[in-house]
Amino acid sequence: MERTTIDLWFGAFVTAGFAALLVLALKVGNLGAERANETYRVEARFDNIGGLKVRAPVRSAGVLVGRVFDIRFDNDRYQANVTLALDKRYTFPKDTTASVLTSGLLGETYVGLDAGGDEKKLVAGDRITITQSAVVLERLISQLLFSKAQEGPANGANPGGAGNGGEAAKPAAAAPAAAAAPAGAAKK
Amino acid sequence: MFDRIRRGLETLGHRFIGGIWRVGSMARFFTLVLASSGTSFHRFRLVMREVYFSGVLSLIIIIVSGLFVGMVLGLQGFETLQKYGATESIGVLVALSLVRELGPVVAALLFASRAGSAITAEIGLMKVTEQLSAMDMMAVSPMARVIAPRFWAGVISMPLLAALFAAMGVFGGYIVAVVLIGVDNGAFWSQMQAAVDFRYDVLNGVVKSFVFGIAITVIATFEGYDAPPTAEGVSRATTRTVVSSALTILALDLVLTSLMLRGES
Repeated sequence: MERTTIDLWFGAFVTAGFAALLVLALKVGNLGAERANETYRVEARFDNIGGLKVRAPVRSAGVLVGRVFDIRFDNDRYQANVTLALDKRYTFPKDTTASVLTSGLLGETYVGLDAGGDEKKLVAGDRITITQSAVVLERLISQLLFSKAQEGPANGANPGGAGNGGEAAKPAAAAPAAAAAPAGAAKK
Repeated sequence: MFDRIRRGLETLGHRFIGGIWRVGSMARFFTLVLASSGTSFHRFRLVMREVYFSGVLSLIIIIVSGLFVGMVLGLQGFETLQKYGATESIGVLVALSLVRELGPVVAALLFASRAGSAITAEIGLMKVTEQLSAMDMMAVSPMARVIAPRFWAGVISMPLLAALFAAMGVFGGYIVAVVLIGVDNGAFWSQMQAAVDFRYDVLNGVVKSFVFGIAITVIATFEGYDAPPTAEGVSRATTRTVVSSALTILALDLVLTSLMLRGES
């Protein structure tokens, strides 16, 4: 079979195309970074998982040790049942704490594992019993406001005690109004 | 007055029915191409020649536009991400938009205007100069000898061109973001790799460009084959190829994207 320049161009073109695909797969995509490592699965129940998604990273000490494999709602306990697929290379003590965390204010949601001190290790099918739910920002803010609101009158009515708190606050609130009234009148 | 309205309605209906007629004959044409594409694989040299004309000669425009699109994405993305202090995510933005959307779509639009119009004009002129009838006379099927190789060449070239476009775009984004602006190199690549999934993003992009390749070449070859055998007819068919393949690409993109995003998240 004689060779022609068309063959050369065709070969070059197809090679370049597949090279580009390879670059997309390995350098841009996650195919290179993520070998299909052997994993083992453990479960954890959370009261609230926030924005956690399947395939979200599981990190311990900031290092990627696994991925969220499955998320289900447990209808008996009204909790989220999260299955984590952890890398076989890493083992964790039985009393490891799992918490739903967010990297940065707008970052991705992930599961953080904090190792405990137990001698026994987690094995496939185990359940992580100590869990910490996701922090819901709205709830945090409302808690903060609530505690601030409780704090306010308590400071003002220090000697009066809790029962007098409301009454003590009232004159205090009335006083500036009374003070403002003459000023307003004087202006007129 | 009344007569005028009636005539207007008649033209509208005529056009509508004509459009549906065209869709039907295009579908028949497509199955005919598939049925007579045995020769294309038997004599693969024919396809290779067409890949040279539609794929290799489109390389320059694809690579250069990919580079520029990536660079513009890098600049624009940096401008916006800076407001949120998330400039390291520029790699994610550039890579995801290129791999998922811009790579397949813009490469397909360029391919339609660069190669699709050429295919239509070539086949149309072959028809005008009665080369197709001559082939028929010699018991050479123009479907197998002329149309099918061009069709398969487009189907082969399109995904490769889209991949090249996306890869060049990512490179362009890298040049702007890392080399020129100074975003951290490691963060650029690692965040990109964390966010771009091979199956969901890269393979779906390839599937998209594959579908676009089929659509463009079917439209281009059909318009050429169907063109009225006059100079004006060929020029109109060429225009129609570009317009209707651009519209088809964008409509198909919407459908494919909604299908693909369904399973995610």
